[in-house]
Amino acid sequence: MSVNPESVSDLTRRTVLRRAAAAGLLATPAAGLLTGCVGGGNDEPTDQAEGEKTKDNPLGVKADAELEVVIFNGGLGTKYATDVHVPSYKAKFPQANVKFSQAEEIATVLQPRFTSNTPPDMVNNAGSKLMDQGALVQAGQVQDLTELFEADSLDIPGKKVKDTLIPGTIEQGSFNGKPYVLNYAFTVYGLWYDSALFEKNGWTAPKTWAEFTALCDKIKAAGITPYSYAGANAAYYQYLAILTSAAKIGGPDVLKNIDNLEPGAWTNDAVKQAAAAWAEIGAKYGNKAHLGLKHTEVQLQQNQGKVAFYPSGSWLENEQAKDTPPAFKYAVMPVPSVTAADKLPQTSIFASAGEMYFVSSKGKNPRGGMEYLRHMLSKAGAKGFTEQTKVLTVVQGAVDGVAVSPGLTSGNAMLTAAGSDYFSYRWPDWYKKLDDEARAATNELMFNGGSADRFCERMQKAADAVKNDPSIEKFKR
Amino acid sequence: MRYGRYPFIVGFLAAPVAIYVTFVIAPYAQAFYLAMTNWRGVSANPKFIGLQNFERLLQDDIFWKAVRHHGLLLLAVPLITIAIALFFAFMLNVGGGGRRGEMTGVWGSRFYRVVFFFPQVLAVVIVGVIFSRVYAPDDSGLLNGALTAVGLEPVLFMADPDIALWSIVAVLIWQAVGFYVVLFSAGMSSVPKEIYEAATIDGANRTNMFFRVTLPLLWDTLQVAWVYLGIAAFDAFAIVQVLSVDQGGPDGATTVLGMEIYRNAFSYSQFGYASAMGVALFFLTITFAALTLRVSKRETIEL
Repeated sequence: MSVNPESVSDLTRRTVLRRAAAAGLLATPAAGLLTGCVGGGNDEPTDQAEGEKTKDNPLGVKADAELEVVIFNGGLGTKYATDVHVPSYKAKFPQANVKFSQAEEIATVLQPRFTSNTPPDMVNNAGSKLMDQGALVQAGQVQDLTELFEADSLDIPGKKVKDTLIPGTIEQGSFNGKPYVLNYAFTVYGLWYDSALFEKNGWTAPKTWAEFTALCDKIKAAGITPYSYAGANAAYYQYLAILTSAAKIGGPDVLKNIDNLEPGAWTNDAVKQAAAAWAEIGAKYGNKAHLGLKHTEVQLQQNQGKVAFYPSGSWLENEQAKDTPPAFKYAVMPVPSVTAADKLPQTSIFASAGEMYFVSSKGKNPRGGMEYLRHMLSKAGAKGFTEQTKVLTVVQGAVDGVAVSPGLTSGNAMLTAAGSDYFSYRWPDWYKKLDDEARAATNELMFNGGSADRFCERMQKAADAVKNDPSIEKFKR
Repeated sequence: MRYGRYPFIVGFLAAPVAIYVTFVIAPYAQAFYLAMTNWRGVSANPKFIGLQNFERLLQDDIFWKAVRHHGLLLLAVPLITIAIALFFAFMLNVGGGGRRGEMTGVWGSRFYRVVFFFPQVLAVVIVGVIFSRVYAPDDSGLLNGALTAVGLEPVLFMADPDIALWSIVAVLIWQAVGFYVVLFSAGMSSVPKEIYEAATIDGANRTNMFFRVTLPLLWDTLQVAWVYLGIAAFDAFAIVQVLSVDQGGPDGATTVLGMEIYRNAFSYSQFGYASAMGVALFFLTITFAALTLRVSKRETIEL
């Protein structure tokens, strides 16, 4: 199964058959639902487990089929899977054996299994050694999840799975319009600080750029590095901040154009203004030495009161839990507005569904894999995840009634204040090469005397190179 | 040839040859083939695209940057390492001068010999981690702690693009010197004592002893050392991966071919292109080894 509708080779026997079947059965609402009925394409294994579809079993899981689940063991751990989701699946299908395993290096462990066509059924593709999700989709290794999102929710009565999710979730995991990946953790991004320290000094979270720089002056005078990030491995936290500013100045389409590799997307005025504003922060309020530090080292310095503002996502609090002194209270604020004429309000934020989970289309039990995702997307499954990891999920309202930490509370409040004004981008996942270039360009901009013009031109050149490289699959949103 | 001789030879050779073919030759051959495909590492059927990957390679700035870095490593690492190792080995073995007709090292040479060998015992990754503390850009670093203590500005060893690669060179040398001290010591101890005695009687000082006697007699060992160090300079991947900022940064200032192969294969999922780089690296290494052996070819002095 190919994913690129623009390519001729898309018309495999399988898609032709499916389209023919769809044409013959016009009453069927979604052609994707027929995938299971048609099947039998050349490259598909024929012995995939399949049971009868009932009201109670909308995905047609074979009750006694073995299910293999592989979870990345990183910042979130694996307890949420072993203590919440696996038992939930087993409670529903007591005859099924759930083979659970974890891996620190997903690509090292799993890539050979995909190349030999013996993949596990459900994979949490994450961590620094994750597999290239776009390449997997391109190679037809990933199950179309349309059926899952159309199925009834496990424990939210009267709703389909897709209706229980935060808007944008399905799109975030879609490749050329088809959902292949579930991005399960919902992450909000902003500038993190210690609210206890700020309260002690009478500092308040700045809303405009003028307030921001004024406060940075005060913080600097107090002998604290006002703003920093780690150049050695986490420059992407900073380009996220720069592009957040760009989106606020010029509207979310700025990011969409970047994703779609539009001509001049990076040399846009909004990106330039944002880069110029941040370059000044780097030059005046940064610490050059942090170019040589890793994210954990700078985060530790923040915990020790040596760094005031730090750009990151909502996993930060959980990641630093061991090193955070009891007096330290994590809080997060939106990136301040750069100009008075910003298109988006100051409360708008970068937020996205992240942490990828997908089902192998060539596995033995893809229906079981999708069913497992349905358990993750149940209210109980989502609540259990947030309790174990302090990270929100894409399931709406699942955190209600859960006792939360200061950072999570602050992040939640920021998300509520943002309302529908949140945005994100996809290009770093789609084009890893562009991500590497952006890291280098950001470090140059913030630490090594770069300029906004240079940053924009450099990124535009790299984006054009990706666009003109026929070996890289292109995506649109 | 007598009956039964072939089965005997074949019987002994078959197993090692089979293992060598399976684990060395076959992967190499496969890499040559993959270099001509657009394989992305996630499917079983790569598509053949001829020499396209190599055409791209020629226009790839970062590839040439990595090649230039290898050039610098190739000059600096063997030259400096061998110079330091020779000096130390000479001091440890001959530097003490003659005592009762025997050449001895400087005082405490047995102790130094062990100490010099320490870095060789450490895994490369550990060396990288140690130096990430030595080179830390703020006063928590060993070097910068000392610099800031005397009131100097901290040096951004790994973060300054102008000195990052030299910082890597220093680590490579630090790690390699011990081994070559031992290698050269062995070479020196095999030089007959009479030659040194004769030189001493003729009134040779230490400098003369070193350049006129020791160095010529060590030629073979030096040649081997140069090839080994050259090949090590073609690798350097592990140290760069662990120690450098942003994996080969800042801004590609420390990248090497191994790093780019790794990046293209495992982060861009372009196994075909990465294989093409691997093939290029293979030829660079072979050319280097052949050239070194050819250029440095010289008659061994008959003893």
